[in-house]
Amino acid sequence: MNFSYTFLVPLIPFAVFIFLGFFYNRIKENISGWIGVAGLTSVAVLSYYTAIQYFYHTPKLDGKFQTFVYSVNWMNFTDTLKVDMGVLIDPISVMMLVVVSTISLMVHIYSMGYMHGDRGFTKFYAFLSLFTFSMMGLVLATNLFQIYIFWELVGVSSFLLIGYYYEKPSAVAAAKKAFIVTRFADFGFLVGILLVGYYLGSFDFQYLNGPEGIAAAQKFGSIFMGFSVIGLALVLMFMGGAGKSAMFPLHIWLPDAMEGPTPVSALIHAATMVVAGVYLVARMFPMFNFVDHGSALHIVAWVGAISTLIAAIIALTQFDIKRVLAFSTMSQIGYMMLALGVSGYDGHEGVGYMASMWHLFTHAMFKGLLFLGAGSVIHAVHSNLMQDMGGLHKYMKITSITFLIAALSIAGFPGFSGFFSKDEILIATFHHNRPIFYITLFVAGLTAFYMFRLYFSIFWNKKTHYHHTPHESPLTMTIPLVFLAIMSIVPGYFPFTEWVTPDKVGFHGHIDPMMASIATTVGVLGIGLAYFFYFKPTDYPAKISAAFGTFYVWTKNKFYIDELYLFVTRNIIFKYISGSFAWFDKKVVDGTMNLIGNSTVVGSEAIKGVQSGKVQDYAFAFVGGVIILVIVVIYML
Amino acid sequence: MRHEIILLVLILILLVFEIFTKTEQKKSLIYLALGLFAIHTITGFFQTTDGQLFGGSFRTNPLIHFFKNVLNVGVLIILLQSTDWLRDKVAHLNKIPEFFILLFSSLIGMYFMISSGDFLMFYIGLELSTLPLVALVAYNSADIKGTEAAVKLIMTAALASAISLFGMTMLYATGGSLFFNMISYQLQVSPLAIMGLVFFFSGVAFKISLAPFHFWTADVYEGAPIGITSYLSVISKGAAIFILTTILFKVLPVLSDYWKYIVWGVAVLTMFIGNLFALRQQNMKRFLAFSSIAQAGFILMGVINGDAFGATSIIYFVMIYIFSNLGAFGVVQAISSATGKENMDDYVGLYRTNPKLSLVMLMALFSLAGIPPVAGFFGKFFLYTAAAEKGYYLLVFLAVVNVTISLYYYLLPVRAMFLRKSDDAIPYFKSNWPMRLGLLLAVAGIFVIGLYSPIYNYIVELSKLL
Repeated sequence: MNFSYTFLVPLIPFAVFIFLGFFYNRIKENISGWIGVAGLTSVAVLSYYTAIQYFYHTPKLDGKFQTFVYSVNWMNFTDTLKVDMGVLIDPISVMMLVVVSTISLMVHIYSMGYMHGDRGFTKFYAFLSLFTFSMMGLVLATNLFQIYIFWELVGVSSFLLIGYYYEKPSAVAAAKKAFIVTRFADFGFLVGILLVGYYLGSFDFQYLNGPEGIAAAQKFGSIFMGFSVIGLALVLMFMGGAGKSAMFPLHIWLPDAMEGPTPVSALIHAATMVVAGVYLVARMFPMFNFVDHGSALHIVAWVGAISTLIAAIIALTQFDIKRVLAFSTMSQIGYMMLALGVSGYDGHEGVGYMASMWHLFTHAMFKGLLFLGAGSVIHAVHSNLMQDMGGLHKYMKITSITFLIAALSIAGFPGFSGFFSKDEILIATFHHNRPIFYITLFVAGLTAFYMFRLYFSIFWNKKTHYHHTPHESPLTMTIPLVFLAIMSIVPGYFPFTEWVTPDKVGFHGHIDPMMASIATTVGVLGIGLAYFFYFKPTDYPAKISAAFGTFYVWTKNKFYIDELYLFVTRNIIFKYISGSFAWFDKKVVDGTMNLIGNSTVVGSEAIKGVQSGKVQDYAFAFVGGVIILVIVVIYML
Repeated sequence: MRHEIILLVLILILLVFEIFTKTEQKKSLIYLALGLFAIHTITGFFQTTDGQLFGGSFRTNPLIHFFKNVLNVGVLIILLQSTDWLRDKVAHLNKIPEFFILLFSSLIGMYFMISSGDFLMFYIGLELSTLPLVALVAYNSADIKGTEAAVKLIMTAALASAISLFGMTMLYATGGSLFFNMISYQLQVSPLAIMGLVFFFSGVAFKISLAPFHFWTADVYEGAPIGITSYLSVISKGAAIFILTTILFKVLPVLSDYWKYIVWGVAVLTMFIGNLFALRQQNMKRFLAFSSIAQAGFILMGVINGDAFGATSIIYFVMIYIFSNLGAFGVVQAISSATGKENMDDYVGLYRTNPKLSLVMLMALFSLAGIPPVAGFFGKFFLYTAAAEKGYYLLVFLAVVNVTISLYYYLLPVRAMFLRKSDDAIPYFKSNWPMRLGLLLAVAGIFVIGLYSPIYNYIVELSKLL
């Protein structure tokens, strides 16, 4: 099979971006919308075609899925250290193609309704295309350097989209926060890349994850707390991944990023960009697994576990519906991370990896749906707060039903896709790390509870009086909802265990009845509690929160992690460290520079007269110069 | 030899047409000349034979061939950018063909100069390239400034060529031959030879406008028509640097201890003088004149290297410099032909009214200042490397200081265009297609040369032939 045409997958959105960017003054709103949708449709068609070709029609080699690399040489650092630009086709990149193109296409269609009448409509589509281009480039990257370039491009386009409502100070602040926090994390990523490049002499995934690269990486002895230098590099890379994927303690930007338009939250902060960290670990999985006997994976697992727990607890107490979803996203990505962290490599040992990727896929669909549903609600009610909602089921049937499907899926209700992928995660943790298994199980219950708290509060509960009667959103918004609702069920029946495994061989998966029944019980328990509390207006929630007292206040304030960051940066870094640097900079550095600058100006003033405009002076200088040169060269040397 | 022959035929064709075209139809000759020269530029890229003529006075090789092509592309851009001006601003229609005939004659002089195999051919080329330029500087004879500039140019040029001719005689006296390859064998270090070197160097330094032989530059650049100013600042300078490099590296390596000192001192002086004067210029042409003096100082960092790598860095930088400077001059030309304004203050608020022009100017100035990712950065980078490779760290340091100074004044027009607001900014105007094509070529050059590394590798290969 020849997959070289997948070059087009990033290039089409890029072309759309260039086109819309250049002509954004001159294109009418609906035309730019259709251009964006048309571009993304072709990308989606290509991606689906690639997936079908790859999984069904490409013969396996030695029982493994083959890897195809098409690249051009872009830059040579040394004879061995080269940077290529190209596309890499293997199970996870093909899977990601489907995820990104599906969600992006849905968001493109949805935004035609949601952003209708917005002043910067064309700009919005240009940014969406730029984002899709960057994300596709990231997914298809053939080497660490390429992934880094696109990683930063993703960061930039995310910055542009979060700060899209740039008249709002909060949106600008959120965009800056997201950019700075992820940039800080990316610094670790870059150092990790450079370490790998320096010690292993290659950025290429094929080499690094192949037997030679692993063997070369294993040669380094432990230098710090049981980590070799390559192990440390992997931890640093994971830092970059944790920043993008909003893992504790670098998660603080994600809730604020909800200031962006809701379709953006669905695309970037639910389904695609935030899973880039998971994708990075999966992409480098053989390295993570074999270097230092998987020490780096332990960190991945525990960071994931802590994040999933904290986020789920915080999500219980939030009232802004997008923030609930944001914390839910963080929690679910924690799931993917911990599943990767407990995974092994061969055969059935790789169930964690498989479960992580599967959950990535199903989560993208149902979380995208949840965000788009929330957008539909916000579109109708013009508020983000739960208190302003209630009883909306009567007015918005399609939104309500699709939202319910997504909620059931994320809660792990049998028959929905989330059930299958979560089940695999539970199996993986159960066999490899018991403490994390209990965390995972507990969080599954919390997830079901907060998700149905959200659902009941929006669509049932009290009958709020609205200024104008809410109505169902236009077709451009409901069609993506329905499509994603279908996609929240169907992927559960895909043979993921045979498609996406670390060794690319695949195994026969089966549902463990015991695990399934435990998970279902926990999930139904959470749903039942939520029903009991929130289906009708009750005073239980108030009583419970009062009973938890301080803990509730702490949780509601997100454990004061933002405040902690602010305290450290303002009162310690800015005041003591930066303060003294600033003094040195202002007095010594600036002083020197001003002196140089002033003396330059003075000097330039002083020699002004030399350029007199008289040709005899010029001749004098000319001849004088010759004479001086002759004297200097002949007599002084 | 093909370059020379075709261009000569081209001149003859234009002469014939000039005779047989009625005065009111002379404007059509602009497009004829443009088309013919475009064809000439393209044919230049085809493979040609190498070798020598006139017993070795004239030689070509792929490097020389390549450099002539670079000059051709530069001249083509200049012609494209001058079209508007020639069509609309020239009072006497009869003079239009003269512009091309004189310019092409000067270009032939450049060809001979860079192809020269002995000092005689070199001198003929030098003169042939200078004399038509004097006429071109005074092209608009009604303009007092232009006439003054021409007088200054011819007087200084005469002085310079007298001095360099004197230098050549001294080299002939000590080397025993006019042929480059003979001199390189026979020349011994002696005070006379050193004096010959200094005199010769000073004459060529005049062409490159190195300090203290640069005084004519600002006055002439300001007085000349903008097209000619760009020609003087890129083509004339580029060719002179090329031949200076060849002669210093290949003909006078015996004296390299001495000319390296001269180059060192002249480089530092040129950079500082160019930058300090550029700092306070208001007229854009004068501003670019001093900036180009400073740039020549940077180029000397490659000369001081003395090896193939130095030659590579020089040729690479000169290429980039041609495109960057033509981008900047093109914008000045476009604005001048549309509105007649040439001062930096007139550019205030330009971005709001003419965003594309401002962006071209921005790219060109960034490239001249050496800000990544445009090509100028890579060009400067290799020049630094060339000097640092031979241990001239102080020179590199002084160059960095100068780059910092230059950043300030290169950003002044940028600030005027992008940051400052004005109610009477130059209103939006649309240039003719040749002008837009010319600017497009310049910008494309700025990006492609910097980012497409095979060009650099190609120059590395060619420089071995120097």
